Amino acid sequence: MKILVCLKQVPHKDARLEASGGWIDEGGIKFEINQYDTYALEEALRIKDAGEAEVVVATIGPDRTSQALRTALGMGADRAIQIWDDSLSGADSLTIAKLLAAAAKDESFDLVLMGLMSDDANNSLTGPMLAELLGLPHTTGAMKIELSDGKAQVERELEGGSLQVVDLPLPCLITVQTGLNEVRYASLKGIMQAKKKPLDKKGISDLGLDAAAVASKVTVDKLYVPTKGEGAEILEGSAGEVAQQLVGKIKELGLL
Amino acid sequence: MDFSKDPELEQVRSEAEKLAAAFDDEYWSEHDEKHEFPWDFYNAFASRGWIGIVVPEKYGGAGLGVMHAATLLTSVAGSAGAMNAASSLHLSIWGMGPVIHHGSEEMKERYLPPTATGELHVSFGVTEDDAGTDTSRIRTFAAADGDDFVVNGKKVWNTKAQQAQKVLLLARTTPREECKRRFDGLTLFLADLDRAHCEIREIPKLGRNAVNSNELFIQDLPVSRSDVVGEVGRGFYHILDGLNPERITIAAEAVGIGRRALAVATRYAKERIVFDRPIGKNQAIAHPLADSSSELDAAELLWQKAAWTYDAREPVGGLANSAKLRAGEASFRACDRALQTLGGFGYAREYHVERYWRESRLMRLAPVSQEMALNYIAEHVLGLPRSY
Ligand SMILES: Cc1cc2nc3c(=O)[nH]c(=O)nc-3n(C[C@H](O)[C@H](O)[C@H](O)COP(=O)(O)OP(=O)(O)OC[C@H]3O[C@@H](n4cnc5c(N)ncnc54)[C@H](O)[C@@H]3O)c2cc1C
Repeated sequence: MKILVCLKQVPHKDARLEASGGWIDEGGIKFEINQYDTYALEEALRIKDAGEAEVVVATIGPDRTSQALRTALGMGADRAIQIWDDSLSGADSLTIAKLLAAAAKDESFDLVLMGLMSDDANNSLTGPMLAELLGLPHTTGAMKIELSDGKAQVERELEGGSLQVVDLPLPCLITVQTGLNEVRYASLKGIMQAKKKPLDKKGISDLGLDAAAVASKVTVDKLYVPTKGEGAEILEGSAGEVAQQLVGKIKELGLL
Repeated sequence: MDFSKDPELEQVRSEAEKLAAAFDDEYWSEHDEKHEFPWDFYNAFASRGWIGIVVPEKYGGAGLGVMHAATLLTSVAGSAGAMNAASSLHLSIWGMGPVIHHGSEEMKERYLPPTATGELHVSFGVTEDDAGTDTSRIRTFAAADGDDFVVNGKKVWNTKAQQAQKVLLLARTTPREECKRRFDGLTLFLADLDRAHCEIREIPKLGRNAVNSNELFIQDLPVSRSDVVGEVGRGFYHILDGLNPERITIAAEAVGIGRRALAVATRYAKERIVFDRPIGKNQAIAHPLADSSSELDAAELLWQKAAWTYDAREPVGGLANSAKLRAGEASFRACDRALQTLGGFGYAREYHVERYWRESRLMRLAPVSQEMALNYIAEHVLGLPRSY
């Protein structure tokens, strides 16, 4: 069994936005592994603990992101791949998916796991895009994964709390929800072994791609915290009274 | 000069922070109030191998240096557990230092593996009420009994004695008057803390109450010759080289608590509105916090330099004492200013700053007082005449 876990390093939630409104102010803030991805990693490590598996972690990001990979190696992953080029700054989901696909295509992974979305961008796109590029069946938002006889049975959470169970043949790609397991803490021994594990750094051309092929199409215009509006009015009373008042307001303001 | 971050140290820091963060302020204030040893917290770290951080790999530890241990403990002290958290690990990490450096092979093989896993708890028995800082005056005596010894005497401040199976006991084996030098004639034992011969009484104290410190009354405690650490009569010298790493680590812990208190105060100063503005807008609140931030940065650089120097096997006495001195001051000031920032609520248990404040006060007293650190610097760094 060979498992790829894709993970992203995201800024801690206390990060502040840059004055120019393009990105966050990276000075002095902490970065961590995207929460969703930690559950994907834990799930891979559990599969490894239960039988034979090689767990490979991959990320796309600048130097600082090797810390996220080392953390994953410290928790028990076997090797890591870090992909970067300065031109990738601000890359969109398709670019990320293309790079991951290029890194994964010759490795014949049985299973690709990753988070449902990233804590910072909330796109939920990379997983499905990567699956399409690799030609793998996929499903999203797994709450439970069971592997047997060359297939994965996945429980997904739907709107309103109902569950859906789907079967996928291996190889496949699954994005996971938070809470699907309890993420382990690295042991000191794990951390010390991590430095002996391979961490391959690759550029765009190492993946057989050129910059034009992975150029981003989506650019971020602006990043800002909406200012609090004035004049909110809280209606009080029983449900009936509030409804009455609300209808009055809507009419008064000519909203309908 | 290279201040870039070492990836392995960063990982030690982030993993320790993550694991410690699983134990919140409520957990710690409850254990503090009930004087309960924080077993869940301790076991969480022990089971992941952290207690063995400086134990050589040969005996099941990680064989890392002071830089790593101090990084672990500054992160732990920066959690909600502050000194309660740090001390519960600290003692297990440093207590066996003399055994690592001076114990017989047999002693190391027997006692270091359970130290590394955190199963063996050892209390440190040096201080006595009649001797105080002048360790040459201790009176606990180990009399020869055939090949072995019988110990009688009294110790104070034995931290974690309630949980310990063993005590590293410093006792006189030759009376002070009969020795050429005042620190000769002291012997270090790794003795059983045998309750039939040892009475342990907890000392009620200002803070850090989840980790007990005790009086220890020792009556006719038999100790075998194989429990002597190093050489008979050289016990004081054997504990001496463990003092610097411990001081450096204490400095790191002090910085950790200071940062914790500062973070709580900073958040509060942003949120608390009085006279229609956040109190942090008043420079009388902002400047002391900014000053403490800078003082803690300075203290951190000092302990890190001291740790680096020790690990590079260079003389470190001056730096270790400097770090302990500065960090003790910076830490307590940060906690005191944090308490002031929270106003009346700083005095309330609910906000926990008073707990950090009580614990941080200890850093100016133990394991060595600020005055003794200054004595060391005056004498050994500046070359001034010894005053006592
Ligand atoms: C919570 C706690 C836990 C402890 N845990 C342990 C432990 O596990 N094991 C252990 O062995 N000990 C332990 N200690 C003891 C600690 O190491 C001593 O309290 C410390 O070394 C000071 O000794 P003392 O209290 O007797 O002070 P004293 O020696 O009586 O000193 C009193 C004051 O006089 C000052 N003073 C004394 N001589 C001089 C001088 N020549 N010049 C200037 N000033 C001077 C001191 O700095 C101090 O301010 C602990 C103490 C505390 C409070």
